[in-house]
Amino acid sequence: MSAHHLIAGIDLRQEGYLFTLLIASVLFLVGLRGLSRSETARRGMSLAAFGMLLAVMGTLLSRKIVTYEWIIGGLIVGTVIGVPMGRWIPMTKMPERIALSHAFGGLAVALVGVAEYFNYSQLLGPFDIGAVGFEVLLGTMTFTGSLMAFGKLLGVLPGRPQTFPGQNTMNLTVLAVALAVLAILVARPDRHALFITLLVIGLLLGILMVVRIGGADMPVVICLLNSYAGLAAAATGFALNVPVLIVCGALDGGSGFVLAVHMSKAMNRSFRNVIFGAFGAVAQTNPMTKYVGVVREGSPEDAAELLKLAGSVIVVPGYGMAVAQAQHAVRDLGELLEKNGTIVRYAIHPVAGRMPGHMNVLLAEANVSYDQLYELDLINGDFQRTDVSIVVGANDVVNPAARDTPGSPIYGMPILDVDQSKAVIVLKRSMKPGFAGVENDLFVRPNTMMVFGDAKKTLAEIAAAVKNEG
Amino acid sequence: MECQNFLILLYIFALAVFAGYQVISKVPQLLHTPLMAFTNAISGISLVASLIIAGEGRNIASSILGAVAVAAASINVVGGFLITDRMLKMFKKKEKTEA
Repeated sequence: MSAHHLIAGIDLRQEGYLFTLLIASVLFLVGLRGLSRSETARRGMSLAAFGMLLAVMGTLLSRKIVTYEWIIGGLIVGTVIGVPMGRWIPMTKMPERIALSHAFGGLAVALVGVAEYFNYSQLLGPFDIGAVGFEVLLGTMTFTGSLMAFGKLLGVLPGRPQTFPGQNTMNLTVLAVALAVLAILVARPDRHALFITLLVIGLLLGILMVVRIGGADMPVVICLLNSYAGLAAAATGFALNVPVLIVCGALDGGSGFVLAVHMSKAMNRSFRNVIFGAFGAVAQTNPMTKYVGVVREGSPEDAAELLKLAGSVIVVPGYGMAVAQAQHAVRDLGELLEKNGTIVRYAIHPVAGRMPGHMNVLLAEANVSYDQLYELDLINGDFQRTDVSIVVGANDVVNPAARDTPGSPIYGMPILDVDQSKAVIVLKRSMKPGFAGVENDLFVRPNTMMVFGDAKKTLAEIAAAVKNEG
Repeated sequence: MECQNFLILLYIFALAVFAGYQVISKVPQLLHTPLMAFTNAISGISLVASLIIAGEGRNIASSILGAVAVAAASINVVGGFLITDRMLKMFKKKEKTEA
């Protein structure tokens, strides 16, 4: 170590590196705190990005790095792919984007684990091997699991849960085998075959875990994969003795877990039920209760008549709005009604869409002011004082059966009480039941008007009709 | 790694989980998608580990694994921060001019 780097016995390159990592950890936590309010969120993000820059610079200047060509190559490839992914992916594709990035996170961690094992397997003690084992297991599992989720969201893989008898037993057995292999590996670190087995089981587990999850359960699974990606990064921190990885991993793992719990609660289901229950498949085989009542179908013009007279309107968006990319059309109609003097608000169910906060992002993209977006608890009491509710591509989250029919598969799930408003306009493609396969009695209530067709087109027609005579 | 060292890392992990839980549970539902993109970007900190593997020059296989890991992690860092910022920029309160 050359003398000019030493000040008071401190090696600037080595201790400086560790110091940047410490600063980064603090900045990440402070930055995350900024997200508790939308006014401070961007500043928080900038702090975290600065922390990341510091950590990377510190690492590049540290003594551990002796050659730069592979690093530069990797950074160029990453930037060339990362910039378009950050800049141009449409907001409707956010769930896909997040799932794919979990896959990249899992891949990076798994590869680091493989390199560590083969470089140092003779030097590693039981704790290191345990950490590397967990790192590779979680990393590979996150990788394939997230790719599966990505495929399902994209529609390349079947969205319905794929189930077969004995599936749970099989999955648990595979998990138990993985842990057993890991235990033996800790005792015999030089057995490369064991390590490879662990890696393959991890890849397999990711597929097995997600293959049985259906579309509307995706929010929970994406959160769980987020959590696993975090835990994998934390395991890397243990293996390499780098605390910043442990801190970040804990934040990422914790956030995924908190969100997953939030989502499960919003569906009135336990984790176990989401992971082992395969909701969609079970409900499919249930005898369906048939409609008792008549569907009242209306034209866009009929809907416009209702809306012109309304003093207050609540819009309830669902996954259908994302599919139809109707968020701008929703905003246009909302603004038009506001000009007529109508109070327009938006009610967001926590599990509407395919990931937490999906609807909020889409409406924000369409320039809807965020103080018009209301969470379930804050707006549910207001439906009975509301003239018209507009349901845009939502189904299970507004199904009164969840509140009133104890036998229903979705009974107990908190819903938005749109049926209590004076009139309900439901925009829907067809009478097909929602993800849970449960018929929705809302559609045949006397105060409900169904307007069939593509939500974006229908909304534009309603807006045109409101404008014509308004 | 000694047991003692392992315990110190476990301390860090436990405290970070607690601090993280406190901070994250205060994030409103409104910002849950940006939260996921944000944590995704900072979990790209595994870039630090990937940089070391790619740059420590042990052998060619290890360097290649490291380089691929660097690419994957930097996709998350670069793309993650860009998309988080893009989303957060959209969350605006409208100026009520007509009123």
